[in-house]
Amino acid sequence: MNDFLLAAAGLTLLTVAVGLARVLYGPGEADRIMAAQLFGTGGIAALLLIASAASAPVPGVEDVALGVALLAAFVSIAFVNAAGGASESPGGGD
Amino acid sequence: MTAAIDLFSVVAIGAGVFFFFAGAVGLLRFPDSLTRLHALSKADNLGLGLVVLGLLSRSGSLQEALKLVVVWALVQISGAAASQMIGRALRLEGTRK
Amino acid sequence: MTLLSILDIGLAAIVLGVAAWTVLARDTFGAVVGYVAYGLLVSIVWVRLYAPDVALTEAAIGSGVTGVLLITAATRLSGNRTEADRGLSIKVPAALLSLLVTATLAAAVLLLPDNAPSLAPAADQGLAATGLGNPVTAVLIAYRSFDTMLEKIVLVLAVVGVWSVAPDRFWGGAPAPLGRPAPQGDLVLLAKALTPIGILVGLHMFWVGADEPGGAFQSGAILAAMWIVVMMARMAGPPRINARWLRLTLVAGPAVFLAVGLAGPRMAGAFFAYPVSVAKPIIIVIEAFMVLTIAATLPMLVAGPPSRKSAP
Repeated sequence: MNDFLLAAAGLTLLTVAVGLARVLYGPGEADRIMAAQLFGTGGIAALLLIASAASAPVPGVEDVALGVALLAAFVSIAFVNAAGGASESPGGGD
Repeated sequence: MTAAIDLFSVVAIGAGVFFFFAGAVGLLRFPDSLTRLHALSKADNLGLGLVVLGLLSRSGSLQEALKLVVVWALVQISGAAASQMIGRALRLEGTRK
Repeated sequence: MTLLSILDIGLAAIVLGVAAWTVLARDTFGAVVGYVAYGLLVSIVWVRLYAPDVALTEAAIGSGVTGVLLITAATRLSGNRTEADRGLSIKVPAALLSLLVTATLAAAVLLLPDNAPSLAPAADQGLAATGLGNPVTAVLIAYRSFDTMLEKIVLVLAVVGVWSVAPDRFWGGAPAPLGRPAPQGDLVLLAKALTPIGILVGLHMFWVGADEPGGAFQSGAILAAMWIVVMMARMAGPPRINARWLRLTLVAGPAVFLAVGLAGPRMAGAFFAYPVSVAKPIIIVIEAFMVLTIAATLPMLVAGPPSRKSAP
């Protein structure tokens, strides 16, 4: 069972890492943000799976997953704010 | 009984990983940014949801199980809002061109 | 080869790949996205190295807050245009220097003796005197408390540095708002829904940091992220930099820390010593004020220098 959990974690990470290729190709900034968002969710899944696998016990990993879950959208929002705002006048003094 | 629980976990987690795979494939192969956004939200909801479901049956205490569900709920809320924002940014980008 | 080592090798390969992309990316936006993904990967690596406190800090600050800081700075500086290509005369020495440092580090780690010298057992033995259960917190606030206080002072200096970039006539005013002028319903909804949960989680991290992975830095980073979300949703604007409550909050952490340290000689016989009977409450009080400082500093760094005249 532990092996299965670790294998699932590894597969998930591999899958979303392949999805990161969209960061390379994505013609728009939104595509890059989406790839990063997918990567964040996959990372959370991998962390939860690792937390449950008893052969590599690390206490407190669920808290790491909780922190990442809180901040995943935070980064996406900031990027969307910045991506669209780039064509508007940037902030700052004159 | 334990074997049945383990089987349920295996099936649920396997399905979850499959949805992540589907989401990544969609992200890479769909022709358009908006369709890719659609694929992304499937992975967020179903992929993580099924993985959490599979892990719930393995959790040792109510507190652990609740934490898992809270993580998934947070990703749901924030993923939904982020998808809306990305969608709006894409639409504005399209009309600006 | 066990499954775990295959997982580790795969993880290392992905980390290297993402790092290479971040360095080679052509435009700033793509590079910052790569950096955020890289931060999350390194966080998973820390988990594999049995360091959940560091993993949480890396995810929160290294990936989250720094990512937002970088993208905000990139947007302000250039409006996202592609960087002009530096000549080879800079790139080749930079690459060689990086390779040299990496090779030295790798050699140092690989050549360690099998029983590498470590202070971990000694750190564990001292835990009972501090009353804590988490050795990382003990190291940060008890064993090398002076360093941690200096780190917080560096944070305050960073904010002062960012503020000093503003032209003289704007001094005392507020930084430009973080969000877009038109109200966005989904962002406001997210700010209303996410922020209470975030504050709860942040306080939870602070409280359990004494005995389990967590602590002041992680807690402050999560609270800072929540304030930044509120500012991005335009539900609150960045405060004026001469607001007294802001300045008090920014220096509260290092000030309380220094006060406790200066009281050390009278309380326990040495600079920065804590009396054993009240060690844990003192540590919790210090951590509480540090959380306040970090939660105030990071959003101020993201908000940037003041850009509006102060109100009369």
